[in-house]
Amino acid sequence: MQKTFQNARSALPYILPALLLILSFVFLPMILNVYYSLFRWNAFSVERDFVGWEYYVRLFRDPVFYTAVKNNSLYAVISIVVQVGGGLVIAAILEDRLIRRWQSLFRTIFFIPSVISIAVVGLLWQLLYNPDIGLVNGALQMLGQNEWVHAWLGDSKTAIFAVIAVSQWQFTGYMVMLFLIAMHKIPEDLYESSMIDGANRIQTFFKITIPQIKEMILVGTMITVIGAFKVFDEVYVMTFGGPGRSTEVLGTMLYRAAFRNDEMGYASTIATVIFAITFALSLLQMKWSRSGQEG
Amino acid sequence: MTLQNKVYRTVIWVWFLLYSLWILYPLLWLVMNGLKSNSEFFLDTWSLPKQWLWQNYLAAWDAGIGQYFFNSILVTLVSVVLILLLGSMAAYGLSRFRFKGVDALLLIILSGLMLAPQVSLISLYKILQTIGLYNTYWALIVPYVAFQLPFAIFLMRSYFLSIPRELEESACMDGCNTWGIYLHIILPMGRPILASAALLTGMSIWNEFMFAMVFVEDTSLRTIPVGLMNLRSQLNTNFGVQLAGLTIAALPMIIAFVLFQRQFVRGLTAGSVKG
Repeated sequence: MQKTFQNARSALPYILPALLLILSFVFLPMILNVYYSLFRWNAFSVERDFVGWEYYVRLFRDPVFYTAVKNNSLYAVISIVVQVGGGLVIAAILEDRLIRRWQSLFRTIFFIPSVISIAVVGLLWQLLYNPDIGLVNGALQMLGQNEWVHAWLGDSKTAIFAVIAVSQWQFTGYMVMLFLIAMHKIPEDLYESSMIDGANRIQTFFKITIPQIKEMILVGTMITVIGAFKVFDEVYVMTFGGPGRSTEVLGTMLYRAAFRNDEMGYASTIATVIFAITFALSLLQMKWSRSGQEG
Repeated sequence: MTLQNKVYRTVIWVWFLLYSLWILYPLLWLVMNGLKSNSEFFLDTWSLPKQWLWQNYLAAWDAGIGQYFFNSILVTLVSVVLILLLGSMAAYGLSRFRFKGVDALLLIILSGLMLAPQVSLISLYKILQTIGLYNTYWALIVPYVAFQLPFAIFLMRSYFLSIPRELEESACMDGCNTWGIYLHIILPMGRPILASAALLTGMSIWNEFMFAMVFVEDTSLRTIPVGLMNLRSQLNTNFGVQLAGLTIAALPMIIAFVLFQRQFVRGLTAGSVKG
């Protein structure tokens, strides 16, 4: 028996089907994509013209690319503050003895939006932002803030923030849940001894809670940043990069190049850049979460 | 309770109730207005419907949601079954067997977790056209399975590692092969993690939008998130019906989450990976 388990030939039949699928539909496209980015071609053309680095040069001269990178970065920064920072504080409070009885109710409510399709959430919030019928302006009027009433998605100054806000609405509860899971592993006596030392809530938060779950904070931060560079659905649904190109992100830029302008080579170039960014970030995440485990 | 604690508790309650309202009210608004006629929707979006127009749901269903819903269920079910089967086999192979190269295989598979789906959008589109799967259910199922497998294998492998080996040894006193162990020990013992993997991967697939938009083009093959986009342009001004459609799309996952929260949380605990 033991012998069989050390034999690659008996193991491979279990592993191969999954491995082959992953290799041919996850890894192969990734590699092909880099190759495709060196050619000029369109969706139904047979011919491909080799253009070398031309599309990369063009991309780095394209002002929309910088808008997109700026918007993705804005997404990352705001999400770190709200989802990671805010989520951490909310989770810590839910662990507090004064409210812990209600923890499961609140965390369920906060988590609900993150199980809904981003596209559905985008369609819903597009209606909520609607200047005539939407709740957002209605709520502002009710609060007497008439000067705030605004076509949130229609103004190129506010549109990207309106889209990012929806993402915060949807995913903060997800981070709360991740942090709660990590906090449940903190030994109770750490809190008790901190109380005996006379530490208040804020001191306990910084001296016990944060150091104890710092690995999860790192993982959460990286998930958030990587997610910010993968954004596509909500922007596509709510603004499709507009008004103008003001809410363009890398994902919508890629889609537009491929399926609106039929410039597959240029789109592959954008995809390669997305790959480089998300892959580098993922490597950082792996490195950090591993060092956390050893430490 | 000290005064300070009382103030603290009040502040927290006000904050959390407002936050809950901020989360729940838009969803409530969605359900409420999905039951209103168009004129009532414009007159008063805040109140409960005066007349509960359940026929909005029927209209949405007939306008295409019925077909999209069926497509979503079919694609999600087939994908999840394949993920559970292939994923548990691979996780078994990677957790129970020790041979040269096993770590390299594991690394390759897990690095699939790091790759953003956008990056392969164009070449996959091309590949699916070349092998003739484009614009069929398989154009969605195959990429979904391939992209969810690394996560499912990651989840299941760490769980299988925690199943004690003595169990297998005692079960195999009177002789059985590796397939028997997989079938009679690993799968039954691993049921909790299979449930978590099914829920989390099923949820991502049900909600997936980009592949679903690009890899099929017939309206009759569309899944719900993309179908709703069609509905938006089709029913431009009929908001009640649109909102009813959105409700139908969102409800199954909310119900699944509330009912199976334990399995969800177990999956998140083991995975800590988004989407």
